Amino acid sequence: MLLIAFLIGFPALVALAVAVAPTADLRSQLVRWSAVALAVGSAVLAAAYFRSEPLYFSVGEGLRQLLDLAFMIGGLVVAAVLLFSCRRVKGKEWAIPALIVLQTSLILVAELGPAHPVVENPFYVDGFSLLMVLIIGLVGGLITLYAIRYMRDYHAHANGVADRQPAFFAVVFLFFTAMFGIVLTNHITGLFFFWEITTFCSFWLISYSGTDEAIRNGYRALALNLIGGVCFAAGIVWMTYSPDLRTWELDTLIASGGAVALIPAALIAVAGLTKAAQMPFHSWLLGAMVAPTPVSALLHSSTMVKAGVFILVKLAPVFHGTVPGLLLALIGGVTFLATSLIAINQRNAKLVLAYSTIANLGLIVMCAGVGTTATLWAAILLILFHAVAKALLFLSVGSTEHLIGSRDIEDMEGLVYRQPILAMTLMVGMLGMFLAPFGMLISKYTCFKAFLTVDVFPGGGVLLLVILAFGSAPTLFFWTKWMGKLVAMPRREQPRIGAVPGEESFALLVLTAATYISCVLFPVVDWAFIQPFTHDLMMSGLIPVGDDSTPWETVLMMTLMLGGLFLLPLLFWLRPPKFTPISGYLSGANVAGSASYRGAMGAEREVAARGYYLTTLIDEQRLTRQGVLAAGALTIAMLAGTLA
Amino acid sequence: MSYETLALAAAFIVLGPLVGGLLAGIDRRLTARMQSRQGPPILQPFYDVLKLFEKDTTIVTSLQTLYVWCFLFFMVISGVILYLGGDLLISLFALTVSGIFLVLTAESTNSPYSKIGSARELVLMMAYEPMLIMVPLGFFLVAGSFRAADIAAGDPSQVIQLLGVLIGFLFILTIKLRKSPFDLSSSHHGHQELVKGLTTDITGSDLALVEIGHWYENVILLGWLYLFFAPLGVLWALPIALVLFFAEVLVDNTNARLKWGTTVKASWWVAGLFGVTNLLVLPFI
Repeated sequence: MLLIAFLIGFPALVALAVAVAPTADLRSQLVRWSAVALAVGSAVLAAAYFRSEPLYFSVGEGLRQLLDLAFMIGGLVVAAVLLFSCRRVKGKEWAIPALIVLQTSLILVAELGPAHPVVENPFYVDGFSLLMVLIIGLVGGLITLYAIRYMRDYHAHANGVADRQPAFFAVVFLFFTAMFGIVLTNHITGLFFFWEITTFCSFWLISYSGTDEAIRNGYRALALNLIGGVCFAAGIVWMTYSPDLRTWELDTLIASGGAVALIPAALIAVAGLTKAAQMPFHSWLLGAMVAPTPVSALLHSSTMVKAGVFILVKLAPVFHGTVPGLLLALIGGVTFLATSLIAINQRNAKLVLAYSTIANLGLIVMCAGVGTTATLWAAILLILFHAVAKALLFLSVGSTEHLIGSRDIEDMEGLVYRQPILAMTLMVGMLGMFLAPFGMLISKYTCFKAFLTVDVFPGGGVLLLVILAFGSAPTLFFWTKWMGKLVAMPRREQPRIGAVPGEESFALLVLTAATYISCVLFPVVDWAFIQPFTHDLMMSGLIPVGDDSTPWETVLMMTLMLGGLFLLPLLFWLRPPKFTPISGYLSGANVAGSASYRGAMGAEREVAARGYYLTTLIDEQRLTRQGVLAAGALTIAMLAGTLA
Repeated sequence: MSYETLALAAAFIVLGPLVGGLLAGIDRRLTARMQSRQGPPILQPFYDVLKLFEKDTTIVTSLQTLYVWCFLFFMVISGVILYLGGDLLISLFALTVSGIFLVLTAESTNSPYSKIGSARELVLMMAYEPMLIMVPLGFFLVAGSFRAADIAAGDPSQVIQLLGVLIGFLFILTIKLRKSPFDLSSSHHGHQELVKGLTTDITGSDLALVEIGHWYENVILLGWLYLFFAPLGVLWALPIALVLFFAEVLVDNTNARLKWGTTVKASWWVAGLFGVTNLLVLPFI
C-alpha cells in the first residue's frame, strides 16, 4: 500500500520540484535520479507482490471520504485547466469546451448524487497491473533519461520554439502519476480522474512546440479523447444510478459480468478505444507526430495508448462470448487491416511507426474483444513486446533524425555503414515488431489458435482470422522495405555523422537488450505475471478454463531460431569471409567505388533506386475513409448491441 | 516426435538438396520438351552448383554473405519443423524469415536491378502470404491441430473439405516456385529487363547457397502439397503431389508475365474467393 502511494504520489511531487528547479543543471539531475527512483520503485513493487493473487487494499472511513473528495476536486481542477487551455480554439474546435462542460456535469451528477456507491477497496494489484507498472516504470524511465539530452539538442535545433523544458518535464512526471494511478486504482471515479490527467498531459505535450500545426493537432487529440471521456463519464453515471449494478469499483463491474455490466463496460470501452487510437478515433495519434520524439515514444509505448488497451483487456471478461465483444474485436480488426495497408504508403519514418502502433493496438483490441484465456495471454504479451520494441524504434528514429537531419526512410539509405549502432538498434526493434522468433510473432501465433475457436456467431472466428492473415502481409512489406534501406550499400561516399550521445545510447542499448531478453524469457513473464492474472479470472468463472501454455516443442524451435539470429552474426564477425569486393552491376562501365557508370560522352551518371510505396494499389485517403466509416458503424452497433 | 519423424527430419537436412536438385533437373527437362528442345541432363543443376563453388565469389558488401547464410539457416529450420511432424504455422513463420533474408541480400547491394528484384519479391511475398497462412488454418479446422504429424494422420476426406484452400495454394505455389506468370522478381533469362533480379549481385559460392536454399524450399513446398493428400496413404499421395507439382511447369510455359499490381490483386482475390469461402463453409461440410 505504501509502495502504491509512493508510485502515484512521488512523480507528482517530482513534477512540482522540476517545475521550480532554479538551474537547468539541477533540473537535469533531479529528472535523472527521479527516473531511476521510479524504475526502482516499480521493480520493488513487482517484487513485493511477486506472483501474488489479486490483492485489494481498503482504507479507513475518513480516508475514504477524503479520497472521494480529492478525486472530485481534482477532477474539477483538471476540467478548469482544460477549459483555460481552450482559449486558442478556432473554427469547429468550439466543440471542445462544450465536451469538457458536458463531461464535467455528467461526472458531477454521479458524484453529487444522493448516497453514491461506497468504495471499499480503492486500490489493488494483480499480475497484469504489476506488469504494467514495470512497463511504465522501466520503459518510461528510460525514455525520460533519453529525453534529458534530447530536449537540449531539440532546442539547439529548433529555432523560434520557446524553451519550456521545466514545464515539459513536470508534465512528463505528472503523466507517470496518472499512468500508475490508472493501473492501480479500483476506484472508478479515481480512474476517471487519472484518465483525464493523461488526456491533459498528452494535449499539452503534443502542442509543446507552439506552432500552429502543433496546436491544431493538440486540440484534435483533446477533442477525440474528450469524446471518450464523455462516454466514460456516462458509464459512471449509469453505474451510480442503475438499479441492477450500483458500484464504483472496477472489480465488481468486471465480476458481475453478463448483461448488467455490458452497458457501462461498452461505454468505458469507447473511452478505451479513443485512448488506444483505434478507428474512427485514430487520427489524433498521427497528429501527435509533431511533438518532440521522446513524447511520441512515451505516448506510443508505455503510456497513453497502453492505458486504452489496459482498460479494454481488464474489461475483456465482460465482453467474452457476447455480440458486443465480437463487434469490439472487429473494430480492432478493421483498424489493424486498414492501418497496416496505409503504412505501406508512408515515407516518413515516424508515420510508419505511428500506423504500425495503431495496427498493433488493433490486434490487442481484437484479443480483448474475444476475451478467452489464450487471447488475454496474447494481448498482455503484445502490450509488453510492443512497449519495448516501439520505444526502441522511436528513440532510434529520434537520434537518427538529429544526426542525419531527416526522418525520411529514403534518407536512411546505408545507415548500417554510417552509424552501425543506430542501424543495429533500429533493426532489432523492427525484428521485434514483425519477425519470428521475436515476441510479436509468438502472440500472433496464439491469436491464430484462439480465434479458430471463437463461436459467438457462425463465421465470426473465421472473419477475425482472415483479417489477421490479410493484415499481416502488408506489415511484412513495410518493415522489410525499411530494413532494406538501412542495409543498402550507399551509392556514394556519405558524409560522416557524429556519435550518439552517451545518455541516449544507454537508453537505446538497454531497450535493445530488453527486446532480445523479453523474447527469450517470455515463458517466465507468462509464469510470473500472466498466469496469476488469468488463473484468478478462470477460478472466478469469468473466462472459460483454457490452456494457455505453449508447447515445449514450439519454445524449442523459437529458441533455436533466436540462437541462430545471434550466433550467425557472431560467427561472421569472428571469421569474416574473404571475398573480392566489387561495386554492383549497373549494366555499364562502373566508376570505381560508387554506384555510378560512364554514360554517353563519358559522363558520370549515378543510378538511383527508390523503395516501393504502392500508391497505385493503396489509396491512403480512400482507405482511411472506409476504415473510419466501418469502425464508426461498428462502434455504434456495439453500443446499441448492449441495449438489446 | 518419434524416431521415424526424427529420421525424416535428418533425411530432409541431408537428402533435401538432392531431391530438390532432381526436381529442378526434371523441371528443366520437362520445360525443354514442351518447347521441343532436347534439354539438359537431369543432373545439370548439380553440375551448375558444383561449378559455382569452384568460381571466385565477388561481393558488393561482405554482409551479403551473412544474409545468405541466414536465408539458408531459416529455410532448413522451416523444413526440419515440417518433417519432424511439427507445427505448420511455425514452419511457415521460419519460411517467411528466410524469404526476408533473401530480400535483404539483394537490398544490400547498390545495383538497381537487384533492388527492383528485391522490391518485387517483397510485393510477391505480400501477395501470397494471406493464402499461405490460410493453409494451416484450414488444416486446423479439419484436423484439430497445426502439427504436420496430426494432419498426415487425419481423415482421407480432408482434401475434399479443403478443396478451395488447395486451389488457392496451387495458385500461390506458382508464385513461390517463381514460375510465369509470377516470375517478376527473378528472370531465368539474361536478356530480360531485370537481368537476374534478386540474384544479380550474388556470385560464386553465395549463389550456390541460394540455389541450394531454393532446392530445400521446393522440397518444403512439395511437403505442404503432400499433406493435403497424406491421409490417402503414401502410394496415392506422393504421385498426386508430384503430378500437381510438375503441372506448374505447364503453367510456366503457357503464361506471359504479369505486372505486380495485377499479381497482388489476383492473389488476394483467389485467397478471398477460394480460401476464405472454404474456411467459412467448412462447418457445413
